[in-house]
Amino acid sequence: MSSDDHDHDHAHEPLTHRGEPAAGARVRALVDLLVEKGIVAREDVRERIDWLVSRSPADGARLVARAWVDNEFKERLLADARAAALELDLDPGPSPVVVALENTDTVHHMVVCTLCSCYPKALLGPPPDWYKDLPYRSRAVSEPRAVLAEFGVHLDDDVELRVVDSTADIRYLVVPCRPSGTEALQEDELAALVTRDSMIGVAFPTAPSPAAA
Amino acid sequence: MRFEPGQAVRVAARRHEGHHRTPAYLKGKQGTVTRVHSSFLNPESHSYGKDGLPKQPLYLVGFAQRDIWPEYPGLDADRVYADVFEHWLEAAE
Repeated sequence: MSSDDHDHDHAHEPLTHRGEPAAGARVRALVDLLVEKGIVAREDVRERIDWLVSRSPADGARLVARAWVDNEFKERLLADARAAALELDLDPGPSPVVVALENTDTVHHMVVCTLCSCYPKALLGPPPDWYKDLPYRSRAVSEPRAVLAEFGVHLDDDVELRVVDSTADIRYLVVPCRPSGTEALQEDELAALVTRDSMIGVAFPTAPSPAAA
Repeated sequence: MRFEPGQAVRVAARRHEGHHRTPAYLKGKQGTVTRVHSSFLNPESHSYGKDGLPKQPLYLVGFAQRDIWPEYPGLDADRVYADVFEHWLEAAE
């Protein structure tokens, strides 16, 4: 569209996608083609986007906090995270299998998708940009301890690091260790400590504030 | 299901033109079956608008980091796990 398309006399810039990355323009062109061919409806695309941006790591955090306070729930979560999410009335998303990986004093998990950007979006919301970028996707498998150090995570020498590359239909979520000093906290207070990054496995949960503990 | 947890497997080293979900860095590498998932549509045909049948069993396979990257600087115990479809796996010693 050029500014010549309309002749009223107030001055404004034409509607543009200024600053849009090339990938964004490509996606818009693809959507236009798919709509034109009748393969998808524009409304379906909008609904999916609305669903995606409505998701948040608060849901995953509720799962983790419940697991921290209820051992039997934790066992169910580790056996079938999809069923455990439904038990808490959370939307586990379209993936048929969601697996929760438990961190312990001696085992630390971190999740990557080296082939694209598979991610438990229903429980964690949209993935961060770095999760989708090549440096994380390649280095998370080849030098994960260096990557963790850049996130500020230094594992003790007796902690086994397990990197899980979600290459297919399964979605993975890390259940981080409950921080010390949180014995007196309620479940919702615990959930507030569970960050998105801690459920990807590149961070520890937030430490409780001294007043709260 | 051809394989069970604890079994040694090797990822096929073959090339595959087109979309597939077996990462190059694992091709030809030996690992151990950790979990047996159920079966899923084969992405090699499903992603091209075909039916993806027959479904392929999917396994979580663990690999010693040192077996993949000889210069790996972490612990001997460190592992990388990936989901691999059955038609990409063969039995290993």
